[in-house]
Amino acid sequence: MRIEYVYPEFEVVRNEARCIQCRVCERQCANEVHSFDPDTGLMLSDESKCVNCQRCVALCPTRALKIVKSDCALRENANWPQGLIKEIYKQANSGGVLLSSMGNPNPLPVYWDKILINASQVTNPSIDPLREPMETRVFLGKKPAKVERDEGDGLKCTLAPQLTLAMPVMFSAMSYGSISYNAHESLARAADALGIYYNTGEGGLHEDFYRYGQNTIVQVASGRFGVHKDYLAAGAAIEIKMGQGAKPGIGGHLPGAKIVGDISRTRMISEGTDAISPAPHHDIYSIEDLRQLVYSLKEATEYKKPIIVKVAAVHNIAAIAGGIARSGADIIAIDGFRGGTGAAPTRIRDNVGIPIEPALAAVDQRLREEGIRNQTSLVVGGSIRSAADVVKAIALGADACYIATAALLALGCHLCRSCHTGKCNWGIATQRPDLVKRLNPDIGSERLIRLMTAWKHEIMELMGGMGINSIESLRGNRLMLRGVNLNEKELEILGISHAGE
Amino acid sequence: MLINASHLDYVALNESIRKTDENCELIGCLGQRYIAAGMAQRSIRIDGVPGNALGAYLNGATITVYGNAQDAVGDTMNDGRIIVHGNVGDAVGYAMRSGEIFVKGNAGYRAGIHMKEYRDKVPVMVIGGVAGSFLGEYQAGGKIIVLGLGRASRPIISNFPCTGMHGGKVYLRSDCRDVLFPDQVTVRSTTDEDLADIFKYVSEYCNLFGYDVAQVMNAAFTVVTPNSNNPYKQMYVAN
Ligand code: SF4
Ligand code: SF4
Repeated sequence: MRIEYVYPEFEVVRNEARCIQCRVCERQCANEVHSFDPDTGLMLSDESKCVNCQRCVALCPTRALKIVKSDCALRENANWPQGLIKEIYKQANSGGVLLSSMGNPNPLPVYWDKILINASQVTNPSIDPLREPMETRVFLGKKPAKVERDEGDGLKCTLAPQLTLAMPVMFSAMSYGSISYNAHESLARAADALGIYYNTGEGGLHEDFYRYGQNTIVQVASGRFGVHKDYLAAGAAIEIKMGQGAKPGIGGHLPGAKIVGDISRTRMISEGTDAISPAPHHDIYSIEDLRQLVYSLKEATEYKKPIIVKVAAVHNIAAIAGGIARSGADIIAIDGFRGGTGAAPTRIRDNVGIPIEPALAAVDQRLREEGIRNQTSLVVGGSIRSAADVVKAIALGADACYIATAALLALGCHLCRSCHTGKCNWGIATQRPDLVKRLNPDIGSERLIRLMTAWKHEIMELMGGMGINSIESLRGNRLMLRGVNLNEKELEILGISHAGE
Repeated sequence: MLINASHLDYVALNESIRKTDENCELIGCLGQRYIAAGMAQRSIRIDGVPGNALGAYLNGATITVYGNAQDAVGDTMNDGRIIVHGNVGDAVGYAMRSGEIFVKGNAGYRAGIHMKEYRDKVPVMVIGGVAGSFLGEYQAGGKIIVLGLGRASRPIISNFPCTGMHGGKVYLRSDCRDVLFPDQVTVRSTTDEDLADIFKYVSEYCNLFGYDVAQVMNAAFTVVTPNSNNPYKQMYVAN
């Protein structure tokens, strides 16, 4: 065995006085950290395999376990943080490209945390959502530029197709393959119960979930996996995936070993073949080409469904979004660089793209300046972590938000960031039947419904505090935001004033 | 049903096709896009030049074009048949999963990119003339056949064919000495089994466009498949 050079990142601390050798931890850990030593009658642990997913901790009946970050550390060096040194060792050992999952964990600025929300005092009464109606419904899609009347002076009411959301949050794209059947079922059922939408991601739609089509957004990505007429017809909207915040500019590669059974059926590719999603769509090299894909999808679905174009937030996002709006897309989804992923090269995840907050502000501003803001709705994600982030995003100009990591956390994800191993102990980012069944869709969907219901209350309270009773009057209402700890340029881009101004 | 397309835009044209269940005959077609997108079980005959994305997501219909077709013919097609009595533009058969495309003449760049197959769904594309660069990139399944008829001294396909190919087969009616292939594919001559397979599609091609099968088959073919000994696995290390 090659020497690893580094001490394991975590330590398994077992309180021997409490441990009853029930071996639950051994059965629960797919990483095979725990084992029973028949000679001594004691439990052993191989912490080099531990990813700190806390499954054993949560299930130990006597609370005998605790996972702690190891304090065995290299000599301190501000230029060479421990993580970087360990990454060098890993690459020198393997010659491999570093692969990570979930969102960027680095301490880069989270602008949401530097933006504060207004409330009414004295001059403008706040509204109590307990006694007054609050409108959290939003409609996503093209809005007419002006009111039009027919000859009889009646209103012309034909609108472009719209998505109706009971609250301005949707579950964003996670493919069947990257997450489990039970995770998909939980998301689908929760979206249905909540009057919102979930998103298939690029792995096709499992035949069992066609019945949730009214609450499903079906995705078309560069690999076009599982895309066919019935799939397009099944969803309430179609999303063209051009990019993803966690890995802008690169595609995906689900290895052939993972293309088995239902995954192969749903993606409509033979078992054992690699599922390669090329980095670009090879038929899209311009806004005109994008327009062609948008309209071919509209034609194939007879103009009944809104088309979403999803892009990663990158440097020229405002100009890009302007082009997308003119391509005929009904909705633009922008994914910030802190967004999650089932697997992405570490260097790309942590260094490519821009944060969602300035991207959103710049796009909203640009579309207004061009007079085309009404032509598309804006959905933002990557990463929206709470009801407060949602309210801030809407005040910055979004119509709705996409959440994914928050939804997975509700399902039991412990953010151990090892989805790419396919051994998720919480039954989410795995296809191993024994692990998948740990996530019960009855419980999973209930937890998602509770989370979203709580957020909805919080959104209403925050709105009420500002004296606003409809989400529509919050959208783009940047007067409701103030910045703290932001420099002038940042404030200018975000289009908000500093606290105290 | 006869449809005069000359004064219809693509929305109106597709609407008039959708309105009927009958087979349609389009005359005066002038570059309208997305004709027959997603359509099933019926036949559509086109006189003139259809625009981009002809038969996108096609779901079983048969389209015959008496003329040239433009870019993205049969994009993501799921089933059916497209026959073009002329040339086609770029990206013909992008990501097609099943069905057949027969092109009498030449194809532009990126023909058959990301073609795939699934169980009994095996797409086939036959190009009678030559094909441009990037033929069969990322091919994951299905069969692409290029015959090079009337090519004289031109190479049968242009640069960078089969990059990223990880499934399916390409048959080329040439010894391919003048073509450079990437390391991740295997290039070999035909077996009897290959020839029997090729014969099936070539005889259909000849049938459709009036060629003599024996004459067309009387040439060397080259077979390109992914090289399973040299897969695309980029070495990753969990971080
Ligand atoms: S990987 Fe998870 S289940 Fe296994 S020992 Fe570590 S924390 Fe416990
Ligand atoms: S989904 Fe599973 S593997 Fe991924 S971070 Fe969450 S707990 Fe870990």
